[in-house]
Formats: sequence, structure tokens, C-alpha cells
Amino acid sequence: MPVTEQLTPETIAQHGIKPDEYQVILNRLGRAPNLLELGIFSVMWSEHCSYKSSRIHLSKFPTSGPAVIQGPGENAGVIDIGDGQACIFKMESHNHPSFIEPYQGAATGVGGIMRDVFTMGARPVALANAIRFGEPENANTKRLLAGVVSGIGGYGNCVGVPTVCGETNFDKSYNGNILVNAMCVGLAETDKIFYSRGAKIGSPIVYFGSKTGRDGIHGATMASADFDEGSEEKRPTVQVGDPFMEKLLIEATLELMQTDCIEAIQDMGAAGLTSSSVEMAGKEGLGIVLKMNDVPVRETHMTPYEMMLSESQERMLAILKPGEEHIAQAIMEKWDLDYAVIGYTTDTGRLVLEFDGEIVCDIPIGPLSEDAPKYDRPWVKTPPQPPVHAAELGDIDFGQAVLKLLACPDIASKRWVWEQYDRHVMADTLAASDKPFDAALVRVHGTNKALAITTDCTPRYVLNDPYEGGKQIVAESYRNIICTGAKPIAITDNLNFGNPEKPETMGQIVGAIEGMAEACRILEYPVVSGNVSLYNETMGQAILPTPVVGGVGLIGDYHNAIGYGGIVDGDLVFLIGETTDNLGATLALRELSGRSDGAPPRVDLPLEKRTAALVSSLIAQRQIKACHDLSNGGFALGLAKLCMASNIGIDAQLPENVPTTAALFAETQARYLVVISPDNLDGFNAAVAQSGLLLREIGAASGANLVIADVLSLSTSAMRKANENWLPEFMG
Amino acid sequence: MPWHMKSAVIVYPGSNCDRDCKIAIETSIGAEVAMIWHKETKLSDELDLIVLPGGFAHGDYLRCGAMAALSPINAEIMRHAKRGTPILGICNGFQVLCENGLLEGTLLRNASLKYVCKDVDLDVVNTDTIFTTAYKDHEIATMTVGNGEGNYFADAEVLARLEGENRVAFKYRNNPNGSMHDIAGIINKQGNVMGLMPHPDRAFAKELGSDDGALIFQSLVG
Repeated sequence: MPVTEQLTPETIAQHGIKPDEYQVILNRLGRAPNLLELGIFSVMWSEHCSYKSSRIHLSKFPTSGPAVIQGPGENAGVIDIGDGQACIFKMESHNHPSFIEPYQGAATGVGGIMRDVFTMGARPVALANAIRFGEPENANTKRLLAGVVSGIGGYGNCVGVPTVCGETNFDKSYNGNILVNAMCVGLAETDKIFYSRGAKIGSPIVYFGSKTGRDGIHGATMASADFDEGSEEKRPTVQVGDPFMEKLLIEATLELMQTDCIEAIQDMGAAGLTSSSVEMAGKEGLGIVLKMNDVPVRETHMTPYEMMLSESQERMLAILKPGEEHIAQAIMEKWDLDYAVIGYTTDTGRLVLEFDGEIVCDIPIGPLSEDAPKYDRPWVKTPPQPPVHAAELGDIDFGQAVLKLLACPDIASKRWVWEQYDRHVMADTLAASDKPFDAALVRVHGTNKALAITTDCTPRYVLNDPYEGGKQIVAESYRNIICTGAKPIAITDNLNFGNPEKPETMGQIVGAIEGMAEACRILEYPVVSGNVSLYNETMGQAILPTPVVGGVGLIGDYHNAIGYGGIVDGDLVFLIGETTDNLGATLALRELSGRSDGAPPRVDLPLEKRTAALVSSLIAQRQIKACHDLSNGGFALGLAKLCMASNIGIDAQLPENVPTTAALFAETQARYLVVISPDNLDGFNAAVAQSGLLLREIGAASGANLVIADVLSLSTSAMRKANENWLPEFMG
Repeated sequence: MPWHMKSAVIVYPGSNCDRDCKIAIETSIGAEVAMIWHKETKLSDELDLIVLPGGFAHGDYLRCGAMAALSPINAEIMRHAKRGTPILGICNGFQVLCENGLLEGTLLRNASLKYVCKDVDLDVVNTDTIFTTAYKDHEIATMTVGNGEGNYFADAEVLARLEGENRVAFKYRNNPNGSMHDIAGIINKQGNVMGLMPHPDRAFAKELGSDDGALIFQSLVG
């Protein structure tokens, strides 16, 4: 039995272990833990690793469907894309580290999510992200944005995986707690998928990749606590990334996977060696012996505590078939990677660590993994708010209003950001951030198939009504994929919230999850992977509830895909869907009236589904040449985007019998602008007639100005200028 | 026309455009492409083209391409350069060619101090090189750049020589990185080695946004 030592209540508290949780440890061990054992419980029971506050609610997500090969619970989700091919993807946050050290925090976020994907046998083919910063006036915003963008680019560009899409937003609630959510999408063969389950008794455990250093110790615990004024002092817990090593690791891992020697494999992510070994053993009810003296280390005199809790990057752990170690060793030598057999699996169900001839840790694995604590935390429902009618916004100069929205930080062009990302490496990018498409399109290498990828969240809706806001995020993701002609298949989610121990915050979490789950169910758009990031608070100030969705769709032949550009004089513009007089929680309400209240747009999910089906069939029949769903800024910004993408004007009517302010700026859901060539009018009308959906001819492309009835006339060049100038001027 | 043209793409451990180069060559001219690991010490004498691809050859935490110029395969690249085999270095490959001395000048950090990925229009300044004859009726080419160190620098004497000997092959119409004289691609004196910062290996088919890069490979087969 390992030597125990007297742990003070302060030490226990510093490890984020609550008194009642410590009592559970005492009960499960039948003795007091030593510091190393406490450290292991601490990281495995952190919110980040255990999902202890969210697990009972996450189970509400639909996670299966005809295309789902692997849902949540593995390193990433896996969907079937036909022809023996699978798409593997996941999104994950790196919020706290990125606030403390933006370049490395963001870079290692990208590295970590890539490892989750290639660990399962997929070659990463695309990266996406959703990043959120404080208000532009905040003294840190510019520095954090520059650092995060540089870090995302620095890592992805070097590894050689294109960063194809993302969203960049600003709000004062992120002043002290930025969000960096990175998504990776990979491709594998369906018969060559690797899991963290599948280990057998008596198999060797091999370590390969970078050496273990002292960086990132207690990263998972840090990610599970509020920030306070001393947070900047936590810099040593931020890991340092080495994208060149990641590139070698991808090639070496995929080469190893071509052999037949792996039983189970997992990357060392949050909680490093601890979580990777414990999770692989826990999934099969096995035990593990690790010889800590054999762990490749970067620094001298490292203790087992440091080795087990280190979050050094670019490391993998695999359980091999006995006797096959030499195969792995030869591959790692080719790629100049560290390699060591550091232990073996047992039938004891216990994690045993040996160091300098002694047993320094001996604890049961069950309570660390499958059997970790979970809480049904108290929560209160977010009170509903009334709609905001157009009349409340008063008289508006509509032309100036459109320019103001186009130039506001959330809508302004993010060219300054995405020009720092390599979007084209791998030579399969068909549409990335620089192209007018609602989702990025990445060809499945060597085929005519393409994946559609999008990241979405509208936090201001979720704040005012978590349930409707949750539905809306999934619906918008779905529409963005529909607009390209692809079929939405599944999502990954990244749920960013404040402190779940506050019932109001927990109410946001529960409401958003239930709304998202309902939308996933009705739209048949299941969740296959995800990540939860809680405690996004600084000095008691929580972030806006920000459950980000990363959606993936598939188009069978990319030649049939469309965007919202390529419009020429004479093309006809139609609006599908009905507009209602509610400006609650809209962009216009915020930017024009400085108000953020009101009921967000309601989402009629069956209507979304019917409308999407119509749009899909119109694209498949090649009836329409451009398509764009209406979201932030409504009809007016939708038309402005069409004009800017084709550098053309549109002469348009107002859509409905609603007040002009609502007609222009309401964010009513289930609406699309579609553009057809006049030659196609008859076929288009015939195709739409059967649908029973509301369709209105809005106008035609002509000239160089966006003209909407008699309410506004703006030159497309003035709109582009407003839209393009804000960010470069802000960044200087 | 040597339809059976044989080519090789050198694979450094941090190359990330090696596959792109292979597909670009295959798609553009149907040539056979061998992928050659940088630790190899022999390149076939039969080669008609050697490509040094983009990427971060050895991580490039030191000067870009400096370590690649010391890779075991480099001696063979030098031997082939001398015997006249066409050698094309793209992006990181261009940096390697400056480091191993086959091309003059160097590539500095971009003037913006930021990585830049964007479409660029190029003037094909010299259509008489073995890499550019197919541009004779096509004197503007569109490709993309993706680099952090693409800012071509050389002293006045070298620049005068490059211009005087008509060895600047491509120039940017809107310089994305601060390169002197808007230089995007140059040729060695012998005329068989070209370094090019934009990526023909990402511009060889319409669906990628441009197929203008294919003409480089097509030039080589006449």
C-alpha cells in the first residue's frame, strides 16, 4: 500500500475537491489518499473531465441515427458518409488557457482537437472555430484577438490542415473570459476506426510523441474554476504547443494504424497520462500498472505527481496486442518520436503506479471514470420576456441603420482574421471563409463528394430564452448546410456557460440543452460528440450562455453545390418564409436602440424542416443559383450580403404586411432568400407551388445599388466599405 | 512530348503540400510521381522534374528551410540541379532553394508580420523559361499564397542581375508580403531551377478557384 501523508484542508481545497467529495474518496479507498492520489481524483473529478454537473442533462440529446457510427463517449463522433468512408469530428474549448496566454492557449486548443480526431483513425481535413472576445473598448480585446488568431493559424497552418470557417464575436460579458472553441473534421475508412475501448488484460501500454514536461499541470482543474484577479498568475498551467511534432504524430499514428497491432488508443489531452490511461482501462473494467520511471520526461527530477498531471502536448497512449511492440517502435523511430513501453493492463480494476521501486499510488479505477460523481444541481427557469414590436424602435433612418449593422463588430467582415489561416492546403477546399457560402465545403479527397461545415451560436437569444435559443442554434446550423445543397447529418456541440452552482446559470444550461435536443430530434440532426465548458466567470460576471454547434453535412456531388454569389443583372430574388413583427433580442434592437431585451424569434421546427426540404429539392433540381438563409440583421442584411457577394445592386420590395422596421430587421426563423435566373421562372414556380410555403418575389438584380421600396437606397460599394473597414481599422 | 515524364516530390517531415504537389502534377500532365523521403540518399537519374513542396520542412523554428538544406537528400538535389534537371520549389520549397544556394536572395518575414493566405494575381514576366512557356497567351495568372515568410529580399546587385538576365518569372500585381520588386518567382542562371511563393499546387482545377497553376507543369512537357 502506498505511503499516505497528512493532507490539510487547504491542500484538498486547492485541488478543487469539495468536502463531501473528499468523504467519498475516503469511503472508496478505506483510507486517506496521498497527494498523488488526491491529484488524480482532482483532475478526473474536475468538471472538465467528469461532466459532473451536465451529464444527467446531456443524456437528453438524441445521439443515434442511420448515419451515426459512434456517438458521444469516445474521443470524437463518427458518421457514415457512404462508400466505406466515415467522417470523424468534434469541437472543444480552450477558453481559460487562451485568456491567460492567447497564442499558446488557442494553438494547443487546435492541437488537442486534432488529436481527438486522428486518435480515431481519421486524417484531419478541416478546422473550424468559434471565438468570442470582450467588447472592442476593453483594453485586452485587441491583444487577445491578435494572439488567438495568430495561435490558431500558427498551429493549423504548420500542421497543414485548412481552417475553413468560423465565427468571431464580441460582447462585454467575455471581457474577462474569452471563448476559443476549435473544431476538427477528419476522414477515415469505416473499417479502420480506432477506439479507446477494446483493451484486453495483459497488454502492453505504450507511450509515444513528445516528452512529458511540467507544463499544463492542473489545466483541467483550472478549466473548472471561476477566474479571479490572480488568474494571470496561472500562466505556468498553460501548455506550449509544437505543431511540427503534431504533424509527425499524425503521420506516425496513421502509419501505426495501417498495421494490426492496436487494441485501444487515446491521446493525452486534458489530465494527460491520468485520463488517457484511466479511461482506456475504465471502459473495459481493467486495471493498469504504470512504471513511472519509464515515462519519457523533458525535465529532471520530475515526480509521479507531475508526470500524471502534466498536460504536455502532442503525446499519445496506446494499448497494443502483446508481442507487437517492435512494430510500433520501428514506426516511431522513423518519425523521430519518443517511444516507451510504460506499463501493462491487469485484471485488478486498480490504477497502480510504481516509482523508484515503490508503489506510489493504488486506487480503484471505477470511481475515477465511469463511476465518478454526478450532480443534479438546482436550477431555476429563465423568466420569459415579451416580444418587442417595431413601433418601440421609433423612427429610423433605414439606410444608415443598414450601414451601422454591416459595420458592427459582430457582422463586420472578418477578413483580417481568416486571411491569417491557411484555407487551401490539402487542395480540397471548395469554399472557405473567403467565398460567399453559408457553410464551408471541403471535398472528400479523390471523390465528387463534399462535406459542408459550419459553426453557429446566437448567445443573445439563449440569454433571453435558453430553450428557444437552443432550438435556434441547431436550426441555423441546419439551414446553413441546407443553403449549400448539402444534407445536414450530425452535430458536435461546445456548451460554454458560467458557474453551474448558481441556479440561474444551471437554468440556462438545462433550457439550452433541452431546446437543442428538441431541435436535433425534429430535424434528425443528432449530436455525436461534444464538450462542456463551465465556470466561465470572472469575478462573478458570467459570460452570455454560449452553446456553440458545429454542424456537418454531405453533398453527393459538389458540382451541384451553390453559394449566394454569382448573381447577374436580371436574376430574380425570392423570399421563402413569413416575417413577423418581433424584434426581441435582435441585432437591430441592440445596435440601434442599445437594448438587449425581448423574446427571441420562436423556432417552428416542423416548419423549418418543411422549408429546408423545399430548398434542398430546388437546389438538387438546379432551379436556383444562389441561396442564403436569413439570420442576424434579417431581410435587410440578407439582401446586403447578396449584393456585396456579387458586387451588384438589387431592386427589392418589402416582403410582408408588417411594419417596415420588422420587415427589414426582424430575425424571424425559417426564411431563405433564393435567386433564380429568369429563364428558370416556370420550372421554379411549378416546383414551389406544391410546397404550400409562403413565397414572395422580392425583386431583381440590377444596377449598383441596393434599393428597398422607398425606404432605402445604398450603393453596394458603400456597404462593402462599411463591412470591410471596421476590423482592420480596429486592429490598426 | 515525354508523356511518360518521371517526377519526384521530396517529402520533408513537416512538408504539408507534398500530396497536393503529387495530385497537381498528375492532374496537370499525367506524369508519374515518386514520393521521396528526405532521408533518402539517391534520386533516379531518369527524373524529368523534382518538386520541393510547401510546408514547414523541419518545423522551421529556425530560419525557414535552413534545416532542410542539410537533409540527406539535399546532395542529390544539388547533383540534379547541376546536370540540368528541372527543379521547382514552391513556398517552403522556394525557401529551401534559397537556403541550399540554388537560388539567390532570401525570404523574410512578411512585411505585415502576419501569415497571409489570399488569392493573388501574377504577371508572368518571362514566358521563355522552361516553367512558363505555356503562359505565352496567358500573361496573368491567379493562384493563392499562404505564407508567413514570403517577403523576397536580395541586395541591389542581385536584384539588378535577376532583372537584367530576365530571371524574374512571376511578379505580384498586388504585393501581399512586401517582396522586393514584387517578386513572386525567380529562376536560376542555368534556367532549370525555379522558386515560386504562390501555390500552383492549389490552382490546378477550376473547382479550386483557378487552374492557372497547371500551366507551369504543362510548360515542362512542351
